[in-house]
Amino acid sequence: MNEPKIIPLPPVPEEPPSAPHRITPSPMIKTMLPQTEMGSPVAVAPVTPSAVRMFLQAKSSGRMADGAFASLMVVCALSIFAIVILIVSVLVSHSQLSIKAFGWHFFSTRTWDPVSGDFGALPFIYGTVLSSLLAVLMAVPLALATSIFLLDICPKFLQAPISFLTELLAAIPSVVYGLWGVFVLVPIIRDQAGPVLEKYLGWTGLFVEPNFGVNMFAASVILAIMIFPVISSISRDVMRAVPVHQREAVLALGATRWEMLRIGVLRNARMGIIGSVILGLGRALGETIAVTMVIGNHAAIMKNLFAPGYTLASVIANEFSEATGDLYLSALIEIGLALFLVTIIVNAIARLLVWAVVRDNAGSAH
Amino acid sequence: MGVDIRVENLNAWYGPVHTLHDVSLHIPANHATALIGPSGCGKSTFVRCLNRMHETSPGARADGTVLMGDIDIYKDATPVEIRRRVGMVFQRPNPFPTMSIYDNVASGLKLNGFRKKRVLDEVVERSLKQAALWDEVKDDLKKKSGASISGGQQQRLCIARALAVDPEVLLMDEPASALDPVSTAKIEDLIFKLKSQYTIVIVTHNMQQAARVAENTGFFLMGKLVEFAPTTKIFTNPSDKRTEDYITGRFG
Repeated sequence: MNEPKIIPLPPVPEEPPSAPHRITPSPMIKTMLPQTEMGSPVAVAPVTPSAVRMFLQAKSSGRMADGAFASLMVVCALSIFAIVILIVSVLVSHSQLSIKAFGWHFFSTRTWDPVSGDFGALPFIYGTVLSSLLAVLMAVPLALATSIFLLDICPKFLQAPISFLTELLAAIPSVVYGLWGVFVLVPIIRDQAGPVLEKYLGWTGLFVEPNFGVNMFAASVILAIMIFPVISSISRDVMRAVPVHQREAVLALGATRWEMLRIGVLRNARMGIIGSVILGLGRALGETIAVTMVIGNHAAIMKNLFAPGYTLASVIANEFSEATGDLYLSALIEIGLALFLVTIIVNAIARLLVWAVVRDNAGSAH
Repeated sequence: MGVDIRVENLNAWYGPVHTLHDVSLHIPANHATALIGPSGCGKSTFVRCLNRMHETSPGARADGTVLMGDIDIYKDATPVEIRRRVGMVFQRPNPFPTMSIYDNVASGLKLNGFRKKRVLDEVVERSLKQAALWDEVKDDLKKKSGASISGGQQQRLCIARALAVDPEVLLMDEPASALDPVSTAKIEDLIFKLKSQYTIVIVTHNMQQAARVAENTGFFLMGKLVEFAPTTKIFTNPSDKRTEDYITGRFG
C-alpha cells in the first residue's frame, strides 16, 4: 500500500521573530500587539489523511503531458517560419521570368505595358504606400479621439452601443465598403468635397480638378474608414489597461482632465497605441477590393490626389485573370513579391521609429 | 508651511453605499495625524475626500464642509485647484513608468506649465533630498525610469513628486503597507522630519506606525469617526470601549 506520509507541522515559535527595526517597541506598544492568537494551542494534524490530500498525492507529476504540450507548441511556432519561407519561395520561383527580364529595374520603372511586354512596379508601389499613409493620417486622430471619448467622456449608456458599432465596422466585408465607396463616397468627393477642397487647398497641388471621384483620395478615405475600427478598438483596450493608480497619480498633482489623459493614459499606453497603428497600416497596405473599386486604376505617379492611381494589390486583382503570356503573369507575381516586401519594409520602418522614440525617452522605460 | 483642516459633517457615498457618516474633526497644521481602523472602515475614503479624489471614482460623491485654512474645498475651489495645494501619496507606489526619475519629480510643476530649468533642477534636488532619495538616485536622474528602482525607492520618489509642488497638506494613504520593514522605517523617518513643515494626514493599518509618527490619532469604525484624540491618549486611555477593543486586538 502506498500509505501517504504525514509530515508533522513545525512547532510554532512562542514569539514571532522580531524584524530588525530602528525603533524598539515601547512596553505601551507591546501591550497593543494582538494577544489572543498567541496563546491558542497548535493545530494537530489528523491521523487519517484527508480525501483531498490522498487525491493530490495519487496524481501523476504530469511531466509527460507537459513535454508533449511543449513539443506541440514548438511545432506550431516553427510552422510560421515554414509558411513565410513557402510564400516567399513560391513568389520568387513563379516570377523568375520577370526577374530575369527586368532585374532590379522592375521596382524603379514607371511603365506598365502588357501589349509590348514592358513591366515596372513603381506606380503601384507609390499608390500602395501613399494611399495607406494618407489613410493612417486620417484614421489615427479620429480613432484616438473615439477611444478617449469612449474611455473617459462618454455617458455609460452610450458606451456599449458605440463600442459595438465600432467593432461592427471591422466585420463588414471589404467588398461592401467598395460598393458603398462607389455609390456614396465617390459622388460626395466628386460633387461636394471636391470643389471645396480645390478652392481652399488647390494651391498645394494636391487637389486639382478634374476630379471624377474615383481617385487616390477616395481610396485613402475608404482605407481610413476601414482601418479606423482596428486602431480605435485596440487603442481603447490598451488605454483601458492603464492602471487606475496612474490616472490618480496625475490627478493628485492637480491635473485637468486633458492633462490626466495625456500623461496618465496616452503616455502610458503609447506602445500599444503605436502597435494598433502599425496593425492598421498593415491592413491598409494589403487591402484589395475596396481600393480597386474606387482608386481609378490608372498606373501613373501623380502628386494630385484627385488623379486616379493604382495599387499593388489592385493590379493583381484586376489583371490576374486576363494575364496572357508567361511574362505578363510572371510580372504580376513579382508585383505580389513587391507587395510582400513593401509591407515588410514599411513595418520595419514603423518599428524603427518607435524604437528611436522610446530610446530617447528615459533609458530603461518600456 | 501647512494649514489646518477643519472637517464638519462630512458624508461620502459610493453609489448607494453610505461610506462616511457625519465625520467632524480638526486636523492641526504642521503635525502628523494618523487615521486607524479595520479594513473598509472609511479611513481611506476620508482622506480621499480631503483632496476631492473621492469624487473621481465612478458613482462616488461627498457632502459636507472641509475647511483647508480658510478655503472651503467643496465650495470655494475646483478639484484641480485643491489638488495643486494638497499632495497625495498612495498605497501602491505609482511613479510614471515612462518618465525618468527627474521628470517624475518635476511632473507636477511641468504639468502646470513651469518651465524654468534652473529652478526645476533645484526643486528636483530639494524634493529628492527631502524624500531621502537623492543620494541613491543622483547619478542617474535622467537615465533611469521611475519604474526601474525598488518599491521602497519608488514610494519615496512618489513622496518627492508630491513635495515638489510645495503642498500645504500631504495626504498619505497607507504609504508603507506595500513595503518591507526597512523601507517602512525610512518612510516613517521621513514623516517624522516632514511634519514640522507640512500638515500630514496618514492612513495606516499599522497601529505601531500611528503611535510612532503621529501626534493625533483618529479611530474609524464602519464609516464613523469613533474617537479622535492625542495619540498617547488613544493608545493608553481611550475613552470609547470600541477603540480599546480595537487597539488591544480584540477585533479587526
